[in-house]
Amino acid sequence: MPAEYRLILKHALEPGYTPDLACYLRHGGYETLRKGLTLPPRTLPDGRSLSPQEQIREEVVKSGLRGRGGAGFPCGLKWSFVDRRSGKPIYLICNADESEPGTFKDRQIIYRDPHQLLEGMILACFANDVHLGFIYIRGEFTEGARILERALAEARDHGLLGKNILGTGYDLDILVHRGAGAYICGEETGLIESLEGKRPYPRIKPPYFPAVLGLYLCPTIVNNVETLCNIKHIVAMGGSEFAKIGTPNNTGTRLVSLSGHVRRPGCYEIETGKVTLGELIFDPAFGGGLREGRQLQAVIPGGVSAKVFRAGERVSLRRRGLDGKEVVEERDVLDLPYDFDTLIAAGSMSGSGAVIVIDDSVSMVDVLANISAFFAHESCGQCTPCREGSLWMAKILKRLASGRGRPRDAEDLLHIADNIPGGRTICAFGDACSWPVQSTVSKFKEQFLARGAEGEPYRKVAQPAATSVARLSGTGGGAHPAASALASSVSTAS
Amino acid sequence: MCRRPPGLDGCRKGKQTAMGWTVPQSLEAEIDALVARYPVKRSASLMVLHALQRHFGWLSQQAIEWTAQKLGLQPIHIYELVTFYPMFRQEPVGRWQIKVCRTLSCWLAGSHELHRRLCERLGLDPHRQGPQTTADGRFTVEFVECLACCHTAPVVMINDDLWERVSLEQVESWLTRPEQLAASAPAQAS
Repeated sequence: MPAEYRLILKHALEPGYTPDLACYLRHGGYETLRKGLTLPPRTLPDGRSLSPQEQIREEVVKSGLRGRGGAGFPCGLKWSFVDRRSGKPIYLICNADESEPGTFKDRQIIYRDPHQLLEGMILACFANDVHLGFIYIRGEFTEGARILERALAEARDHGLLGKNILGTGYDLDILVHRGAGAYICGEETGLIESLEGKRPYPRIKPPYFPAVLGLYLCPTIVNNVETLCNIKHIVAMGGSEFAKIGTPNNTGTRLVSLSGHVRRPGCYEIETGKVTLGELIFDPAFGGGLREGRQLQAVIPGGVSAKVFRAGERVSLRRRGLDGKEVVEERDVLDLPYDFDTLIAAGSMSGSGAVIVIDDSVSMVDVLANISAFFAHESCGQCTPCREGSLWMAKILKRLASGRGRPRDAEDLLHIADNIPGGRTICAFGDACSWPVQSTVSKFKEQFLARGAEGEPYRKVAQPAATSVARLSGTGGGAHPAASALASSVSTAS
Repeated sequence: MCRRPPGLDGCRKGKQTAMGWTVPQSLEAEIDALVARYPVKRSASLMVLHALQRHFGWLSQQAIEWTAQKLGLQPIHIYELVTFYPMFRQEPVGRWQIKVCRTLSCWLAGSHELHRRLCERLGLDPHRQGPQTTADGRFTVEFVECLACCHTAPVVMINDDLWERVSLEQVESWLTRPEQLAASAPAQAS
């Protein structure tokens, strides 16, 4: 039986658990911090001695922890890129922007258990010789920012933060910095620009790898909230113990944000790779299935930028067997274990862990129109393919969804989507806005073609009647489609 | 109905008095403390704008110029932030600022009906983009992107408070008895 495996949310979801320091201390809080900060230096067989910082970094490498923000990049490796010889200060930023639609896992940690995040973050800062850290929290989490400020003040009062932490001589301060509603701030270099007080335009890499030229052009580490919480557990149990949770190369647990058309939407913590996508949706321990009389139509496995899966789709997975030979295995999408590697092999990704379930009550044209409107709104506008392309796709989809489609819309959408990603833009937003279009249009082509055929051919009308909104929104016998096209384009341009 | 050309002119939207725009001493002290936290002053700009918007309800041209001066920057460095980040306002907003999530999970749960109902009941245009304020200046309604609370969709933010699993009845109840929302109103609405 698939079940939840609570490591990060172990206490947070218990009734009566409060976000204050006293409650956290009662549950064994900050013991790991004390342990980590006072690790005795270890001598290696070759006579070299490892400082406590190096030991923690080594444990994180051993743990196989992969970043939980979306890309799944190995955390230990990311830390190893940090330029430690530059003589410049090293900064660590906790990415709490949580802006990928469908994701709400970091909210659970920040609102319910902020001290766990702080403990993990202080350990991560210590391990990387950081003396000033930032928590970049999305602007809409007003209450979350207050909770974090309170938690930071409590930690400072108890000597867990500030000068000479726990008497070890280590100094660290952490600041809460609020964003202001822009999705692109979740991209790490965009976030850094934003933290510098600028527009969050992502930086071009090379040369601006954060590990070398990050915040104020100093070496910088950007880690997700969930990743930092895991650091605490890695220090507590040791890297190799941690690696036993989950599956090889997909270690630890994952917080899955389940939403959409399921009976029990919510945030569930699973052992990575030990629960399948189908179980997440249908098992009573998780989503509990769809509403009465509804059929599964599609699943978005990792936030709206992930490629969509069609229900009943079969994917071929290439795996290396025990004998080293490559085997090709065919599986139903619902039988895919929820982890990083399998979903990538299946042509999508687990991204930020957001599973959005879509049943047959909606049209995929409307779903895609909603997603593309999001990306068109959030493109930062730096690179032409993304700025123009995301808008074109959203415009075509808006027209298609409102019954004014053209037969070649599906083709046009694919053509645009194929020309944005793949290194044509500075950041991965270009890929993120095209993947849903590419996958949805190709996997649900019949719906797009049907909608395209439905729409009346576009004709210019000599006299665009002063169409009122009431007439536009009214159904049946209302405005002429072309007239409403004009009217709505006028009203949106204002 | 045309798109306003970009430029500092855009700051002059809305009512404001040219004279007598001042930042109270307590707020300025709070802002000074915020600025002092950062290794580089410019980093504080978003936080300063949040603090000013919290107090005044929106960011006027004076607020932008004041911030630039405070941080030793040109006004354009602040203006480009105010025009980019969706949370910043260049016009006065209503006493209750209602942000309805329009993104996927909330849409699947009916947030677009909520938005339409709100607009219709308040005499606003549900098809218009951007925030709209009622003539009496009480309500501002706006569609926003994902609020990161998709499991309790549809969600609506009113000032600083998040309302989850919002129903059409809930909308009716807000509009007939907005006093229930008063606790979450900003310190000084304009």
